[in-house]
Amino acid sequence: MATLHLDHVTVPLRTFDLDLTLDVERVVALVGPSGAGKTTALQAIAGLTTPAHGRIAVGSEVWFDQTSRTNLAPERRRTGLVFQDYALFPHMTVRQNVEYARRRPADEYLERFGITHLRDAHPPSLSGGERQRVALARALARDPEVLLLDEPLAALDTHTKAVVRTELQDVLSGLGIPVLLVTHDFEDAAALAGRISVVIDGHERQAGTAGELVARPADAFVASFTGANLLHGDAEIVGGSTRVTLANGTVVTTADEAQGPVVLAVYPWDITVAIAPPHDSAMNVVHAEVRSISEIGNRARLTIGPVTAEITAESVARLGVRPGQLAYATFKATGTRVV
Amino acid sequence: MRPTVLTVVSLVAAVVALTVLALPVIAIFAHTSPANLLEQLSNPVVKDALVVSLKTSVIAQLLIVLFGTPAAYLLATRRFAGWGLAIVLVELPLVLPPAVAGIGLLAAFGRMGLLGSTLESLGISLPFTQTAVTLAVAYVASPLYIRTAIAAFERTDANLVAASRTLGAGPGRTFLRVVLPLARGGLAAGLALSFARGLGEFGATIMFAGSLQRVTQTLPLAIYAEFDQNFDATLAMGGVLVLLSVVLLAGLRIGLSWQRSTSTTSPSLFGLSTST
Repeated sequence: MATLHLDHVTVPLRTFDLDLTLDVERVVALVGPSGAGKTTALQAIAGLTTPAHGRIAVGSEVWFDQTSRTNLAPERRRTGLVFQDYALFPHMTVRQNVEYARRRPADEYLERFGITHLRDAHPPSLSGGERQRVALARALARDPEVLLLDEPLAALDTHTKAVVRTELQDVLSGLGIPVLLVTHDFEDAAALAGRISVVIDGHERQAGTAGELVARPADAFVASFTGANLLHGDAEIVGGSTRVTLANGTVVTTADEAQGPVVLAVYPWDITVAIAPPHDSAMNVVHAEVRSISEIGNRARLTIGPVTAEITAESVARLGVRPGQLAYATFKATGTRVV
Repeated sequence: MRPTVLTVVSLVAAVVALTVLALPVIAIFAHTSPANLLEQLSNPVVKDALVVSLKTSVIAQLLIVLFGTPAAYLLATRRFAGWGLAIVLVELPLVLPPAVAGIGLLAAFGRMGLLGSTLESLGISLPFTQTAVTLAVAYVASPLYIRTAIAAFERTDANLVAASRTLGAGPGRTFLRVVLPLARGGLAAGLALSFARGLGEFGATIMFAGSLQRVTQTLPLAIYAEFDQNFDATLAMGGVLVLLSVVLLAGLRIGLSWQRSTSTTSPSLFGLSTST
């Protein structure tokens, strides 16, 4: 399998330059806030944007090289690009869309993506999930050397998203070509990609597996992006452990060593919720009003004072906890990290 | 509910406006029976004018589409130094008095004109020929097609063009398979408008091509020439032009709805949204 190499691919954007160095072997996700330059990176690879500097190659085939003035036209780069809005041709049927690149029957692709029954339909009449499958079939029917996905799940509603995400996982794992996908959702990235690159203001802030990013976020931004609560406070070392006084006066303990103003990261799933004062090994307790409870599927997120805890919907029912009630949020010092 | 003053005022105004708009058309058909219309079609003056009109119009529109479509695509997709000037040049015939357009064409292509000696050395003399009629019609009608075509091209989703390119189609194939089919409704609407404007051309034609029966006398010119001699023929020709205009207007509507069914954004003429 050829590797996609990006070597200092630089594209000037409005307020900063995109400057990306990346090797894509299997599935890599570029994650980051909107406007971080993620989509621009895909456009540069596909040849739709010309970088100011850098080099883009797949295996030994050079697609762009500023120093040797190599710049292949988009139609000469074998990329399968799935657009965020899918960009299906509205005046063609599903079959014509999928066969556009092949110029020969693409029944196997219609079959593989379960869209054979839609072959004569026009894209405007399809649902979001169906459009996604057509777009993916069309991109892969081109026999690409690289697959690029721009926010593949952003256009879908919550329910469809879960189904499509599972489908996409299956497809991507069996492809055998480098896949670069762009998303602003860390969870989607974690579900689809083996390696995640967090891009902020055009630069890679940190890269690794989802687990590595959660375990050792490089900074507060990566921590919050991976879903952590961020607590600002003042740290001092008391008898070997670090005590941090938060803005509201609560004192929490962390196993990391630090002094002075710090930011602590605590993941919602590391926080337990109780109605009565808890008696366990957890060092940190926040006693505050439950400000909100939002359920996502079988999980629920509770905002208690400065932290958000994630517990099962079942636990919420068992505790009988309601917004406005006082509750205890507890988390371990070892799960409270200085970032 | 009692009708408001506004409702009453708009209703009265609408009735007055529509009556004034409808009366001339009704009057033409009130004065000329279908039998007279058919009979007048065998009148040599009417027949010749109809043939000259249709022939020059069709050729003029072909030229407009042939040169105007790529030009419109260029103006819709590129911004370059002098872009604004190019747009002014494209739109100028729209606001220029037709008589001035005629003088301009004569000054450019006439015997004494800018290109007159060059054309003469090639053995070409344009004024008072059918080519001159075609040129005058094309000059005056082209903005209606090109403006509408630019608007239609500007509406095509840039992502669809990009998608076509990443799927291996070069710029040419992308234009033929994606851009043109998506813009076809807008292009058809522009063509209908341009055709209607060209059929009615009078001022520029009479200045540049004169009014010679069988050669340069188009329907509007024949109407003017026959006006005080054969009023029946005049009415019949008027009837023919009204019918052609109605057909073209229907074509325009169909063109716009065609575009609407294949495009996600609503179509527009001159950038104005036309919702029905």
